[in-house]
Amino acid sequence: MKNRLLWPVLALVALLVLNVVVTPSFFSLRLQDGHLYGSVIDILRNGAPTLLIALGMTLVIATRGIDLSVGAVAAIAGAVTCTYIASGGDPWIGMGIALLLCAVLGLWNGFLVSVLGIQPIIATLVLMTAGRGIAMLITEGQIITVDSPTYREVGAGFLVLPIAILISLAVLGLVALVTRRTALGLLIESVGVNPSASRLAGVKSRTIIWTVYVFAAVCAGIAGLMISSNVSAADANSAGLWIEMDAILAVVIGGTSLAGGRYSLTGTLLGALIIQTLTTTVYTVGIAPEITLVFKAIVVIAVCLMQAPIRIRVRQGVPA
Amino acid sequence: MLKKITTATAAVLLAALTACGSGGDAASSSGTADDGKITMGFAQVGAESGWRTANTKSIQESAAAAGIDLKFSDAQQKQENQIKAIRSYIQQKVDVIAFSPVVETGWDTVLLEAKRANIPVILTDRAVDSEDTSLYKTFLGSDFVKEGEKAGEWLKANAGSAVNVVELQGTTGAAPAIDRKEGFEKAIAGSNLKIVASQTGDFTRSGGKQVMEAFLKSVPQIDVVYAHNDDMGLGAIEAIKAAGKVPGKDIKIITVDAVKDGMTALAAGEINFIVECSPLLGDQLMDLAKKVLKGEEVPARVVTEETTFTPEQAAAALPTRKY
Repeated sequence: MKNRLLWPVLALVALLVLNVVVTPSFFSLRLQDGHLYGSVIDILRNGAPTLLIALGMTLVIATRGIDLSVGAVAAIAGAVTCTYIASGGDPWIGMGIALLLCAVLGLWNGFLVSVLGIQPIIATLVLMTAGRGIAMLITEGQIITVDSPTYREVGAGFLVLPIAILISLAVLGLVALVTRRTALGLLIESVGVNPSASRLAGVKSRTIIWTVYVFAAVCAGIAGLMISSNVSAADANSAGLWIEMDAILAVVIGGTSLAGGRYSLTGTLLGALIIQTLTTTVYTVGIAPEITLVFKAIVVIAVCLMQAPIRIRVRQGVPA
Repeated sequence: MLKKITTATAAVLLAALTACGSGGDAASSSGTADDGKITMGFAQVGAESGWRTANTKSIQESAAAAGIDLKFSDAQQKQENQIKAIRSYIQQKVDVIAFSPVVETGWDTVLLEAKRANIPVILTDRAVDSEDTSLYKTFLGSDFVKEGEKAGEWLKANAGSAVNVVELQGTTGAAPAIDRKEGFEKAIAGSNLKIVASQTGDFTRSGGKQVMEAFLKSVPQIDVVYAHNDDMGLGAIEAIKAAGKVPGKDIKIITVDAVKDGMTALAAGEINFIVECSPLLGDQLMDLAKKVLKGEEVPARVVTEETTFTPEQAAAALPTRKY
């Protein structure tokens, strides 16, 4: 378990070292208007939505599923809240409505997967495509700018540390507590290994699958609030665009198998941090925009390759 | 055996389709001449900014006013979607196709298909990089190089002691990003000003904010931000404020576009200068489409009318601003 996380940790350290070499002041922190200010804080704040979505994704993937609709759900959450606030509503109620709606969308995904038995990748593809359309409908294709100090706090606010990362870490703690200190984690993994066998053994596979999709959608909703609150605007078109890919990548880099049945929350945390550090590295090191994607691809391939032989060895070492 | 049947069926189908294609084409062109109702297929880039939605609205309203039947599609920033949309317009045998290309290159094949189907193509807002200029009739839109130059010239005249410029580029490979960069560099060449860092913020607020946050930490001294659109500039303002600096004073901000949110920030003094890039080209587009279909000569390049704004001019223009 420990050495599965060795390579992601090394990758993260390598990226951070690269940053320090290029920008010696990379780790320097100072207090600015009562909150911490520095590159590391930026990584934490901007990485918070990805981390949150990746957490939901981890549990979905552990049941051998996948949720492609999280980016669209994030866009809907931002669109609903900003439209509500812009029409004079209370930000808290707006956020509540948005998250409720996201839970409903999660119920829809869960229904398609667990009741109708549609392949997860197809079932969630429906909402991935339609969801962005819904978000565009809500905002009427416009970028809705809001001026609400309360709403700003979610994505851009600070309690010494960015509020966004505090929310994400709180959810991480909660998930760790609920799934690792109770049998729930084991049940999720057993559903991922074999849903039918789990059901025959008395595990309520259907309820568990349904629950993880709702959880993933709510996580995506909160992440969407962070993304739109960060710039005090809802951009239905680009908010959370491709974040599902980042989240899946974070989960995979963290050593969770796409085949289901096994997951690592610490790994997901590391994966999300690696992805955000990678983006920040591109900006601070000054990699030309034309080759940014190639640079990112090389890092991702390197991390995946490094992990590969270890996983094989681990599998060989464990008697079947 | 089965393979033979399949091949034969495919061949027959193909022949039938080709026949339909030529027959339908003739029918639609004669239809145009008869009832005068023009069908236009428009493939929009997406709805990535307030500018783009104003552009969409202008085209839709002008089409309705001019009595042109508009088929509209949104490519969501993806070239493959746009190519698909154009192909479907060709199959639907519209009278004229107009589109704003997502990126500059890779259009030759699909435009050649349109040309073979005898459907004239009008480019709006963004150009394509193709050696064969016969693939489209005309290009209606802003001169992005000129916009970059206007931004650079204003900065040269108003720089004061400013030296270090950071640039927030648009989507990598997009014509406005390439040209606004080129024009700006051309204008500030030979002066003290230099671009010390340049990254893409994908024309979005969160992109602009994230890049600016990183710049504020990695670039020792920033005097000026040059953003390729208002939205990235607005994101940069957020980042500058979070760093405890005053946008517009400690760091000068120049943007391109002049959408409402940008103009509001300009009037409030948070942005120093905006070069307008007008999206309201719907009327000009419908005129051009009619001329092209009548067989009249149109110039290969039509530039939209545009200006620039200082904070005072923005405050004056804001109440009557359409977008």
